[in-house]
Amino acid sequence: MSTAQMNPVENFLRMDRMPHIWCPGCGIGTTVNCFARALVQSKLLPDKVAIVSGIGCTGRVAGYLRLDSFHTTHGRAIPFATGLKLANPGLTVVVYSGDGDLFAIGGNHFIHAARRNLDIKVICVNNFIYGMTGGQVGPTTPLGAVATTSPYGCFERPFNLPFLAESSGAVYVARWTAYHVRHIAQSMVEILNKRGFCFLEIISPCPTLYQRRNKLGDGLDAMRYYKQKSTVKNGANTKEVEVNFGGDIIVGKFVDIERPTLAGAMAAQLSKSPENV
Amino acid sequence: MKADPKSVLTGVHFIDGDQACCEGALAAGANFAAGYPITPSTEIVERFASRAPAAGGVFLQMEDELASSMAILGATWGGAKAFTVTSGPGFSLMMEHIGYAAMTETPCVFVDVQRGGPSTGLPTLPGQGDMMQARWGSHGDYEVIALCPNSPQECFDLMIDAFNLSEQFRTPVMFMMDECVGHMTEKVVIPSADEIEISPRRYTSVPPSEYLPFRAGPDGIPDMARAGEGYRTEVTGLTHDEHGYPAMDWKSQHKLVGRLVSKIRDNANCIARWEEHALEDADVAVVAYGITSRVVGQAIEMAREEGLRVGLLRPVVIWPFPEKRVRELAKQVRALVVVEMNYGQIVHEVERCAAGLARTLLVGHGGGAVHEPENILQILREAAR
Amino acid sequence: MVGSQLRSVPFVKRRGRVYIDRNRCKGCGFCIEFCPPKVLRFAAAYNDHGYHPPELTTEGGCTGCDLCGLYCPDFAIYGVLGRPDGSAL
Repeated sequence: MSTAQMNPVENFLRMDRMPHIWCPGCGIGTTVNCFARALVQSKLLPDKVAIVSGIGCTGRVAGYLRLDSFHTTHGRAIPFATGLKLANPGLTVVVYSGDGDLFAIGGNHFIHAARRNLDIKVICVNNFIYGMTGGQVGPTTPLGAVATTSPYGCFERPFNLPFLAESSGAVYVARWTAYHVRHIAQSMVEILNKRGFCFLEIISPCPTLYQRRNKLGDGLDAMRYYKQKSTVKNGANTKEVEVNFGGDIIVGKFVDIERPTLAGAMAAQLSKSPENV
Repeated sequence: MKADPKSVLTGVHFIDGDQACCEGALAAGANFAAGYPITPSTEIVERFASRAPAAGGVFLQMEDELASSMAILGATWGGAKAFTVTSGPGFSLMMEHIGYAAMTETPCVFVDVQRGGPSTGLPTLPGQGDMMQARWGSHGDYEVIALCPNSPQECFDLMIDAFNLSEQFRTPVMFMMDECVGHMTEKVVIPSADEIEISPRRYTSVPPSEYLPFRAGPDGIPDMARAGEGYRTEVTGLTHDEHGYPAMDWKSQHKLVGRLVSKIRDNANCIARWEEHALEDADVAVVAYGITSRVVGQAIEMAREEGLRVGLLRPVVIWPFPEKRVRELAKQVRALVVVEMNYGQIVHEVERCAAGLARTLLVGHGGGAVHEPENILQILREAAR
Repeated sequence: MVGSQLRSVPFVKRRGRVYIDRNRCKGCGFCIEFCPPKVLRFAAAYNDHGYHPPELTTEGGCTGCDLCGLYCPDFAIYGVLGRPDGSAL
């Protein structure tokens, strides 16, 4: 609940770049509200929070957030974040990108960063489609869904993102939908203050392309669907949370464990070496 | 500013080019490297991984060259001095991020220890087939600076110059070695730290409220900021304005990309560097670089013994190309003979600069072994006729 | 005894205020749908871009929960907690 006489999100926006490019009913802006409120609640110094994004609609978040923002190349936000965090460990590095950017072209980098337990926070806005480029099929598009490059319906099994994240080694895995705004903000606070590779998936509407092409209505229809079909199952087995077209969505915080971070493990290992003692 | 003694391995060493390259990077103050194993460059980062902790640096072997080439850019924006190393196939993978570094004016060094190509080619044998790629490999308009050492000593010395140029011009610099130079072992003298001049990063001195990240100074180059200091800059590969905000229009394109190109082109004459040998009375000038220039040295000796007046122009900075000097030479000599370990790359530059004032001949082959001096001599005889 | 250790907490009736930037709104309907006291509706009038922004149905009905602020993808609305007399906290 805001007690300030200003929309709390504006403090973190490049207001001179408003209005943004996202469509009516797109959920990305919703997640940005949650992020702004989480930043306040986390009590982190905004000067020490860096945001790295890739290419795509969600990738534009970096440009709109008034933080040290890095809008990188398609799929390579995580390698950039790797260098940024290792060179400047005092930063809290947040990667904010979309399903295609993070898991198609960026998939390899995701699994390695998770494996290493690199201390970054990865927020994936999953709208099941490549939005920016006009609605092509992506690695999370549900079976049977229509996209421009799978006009007869997607025939590839999509990734189960929480499962992929957990099996790659992420120490925090949660999924919410854009409907679950308070949960999203809460998860964001948790990951901002947690050390290690944290992954937050936010299922979100793409009204213009995914919703429209699949005759699912608009953004509000998507939100109603999320509300109706979501079940909160904290601690669920991530193997069992895959999303099917029109099916139930299991949301919740699935993984929250501790593991040595990359920097910690690196330092510990180097200190053991006789040359470096 | 001077080098940090902690990172400088002062002394007289007997090491190969790869080892010397790593020491050059360390002496220049590099404290971050990311790389992916690829012959014949791997030893550079193997040594860095070993030397980095004592010198206060970080090395991470990334999952591929796409990641390596981007991790160094992230590290640079975090405040580190960073480089990566690779060979032909990895160089191809890095092209997108060389373009991103040019577009975002991120100072860093990309080392390419060239091997036989194309494709997987000859991993353990030399080539010089990436020279044009160093200049034109990424899409769009941009300029790079590229250096070409021809000895382990130069691998050390020129790495420092590479970093300095990257900082002065806020641009990625290509370090074009080849497998021979990388794997040949020679004497390398590393001076004391206070004899090594380092160009500091041009960080801005104005407060965040007055800072525009991509507003150029009088020299056409903006001052830099780094993450975590309150500047909250936007860095994007999209065409951008002085705020760093995406600006999708032709005016912004001309303004930004025009400036990126001009900042190197307008300074080409002071960035260019080359070495001359026996050119004062030459009828024939040989243009060669890297390991080939060493073989050419032998061929020129043999030619001179036969009474042929041949000299060598060896570009040390190969991009920007020493246009002015080559144009002058073309007025003086009968022929320009370009000897390179490829089927013709730098020869096109030479021919362009000669502008018809002198014949341009190529002594090229596909790599895998250096030229035979006799083969070069044959062409020199022809050229002198 | 447990009962004697209970303090009574006075009930404070709060009121909220909602701030709407009409021209930022793109008419997605999230705020109206998810407002818990259901005190928002689409205005009859258009904004400058041809969308119907939200408006408050009942003066004094807003609880200041700011769910609208959390949902709005266009940063066009937010709620603020206030005192029953309407003054800010």
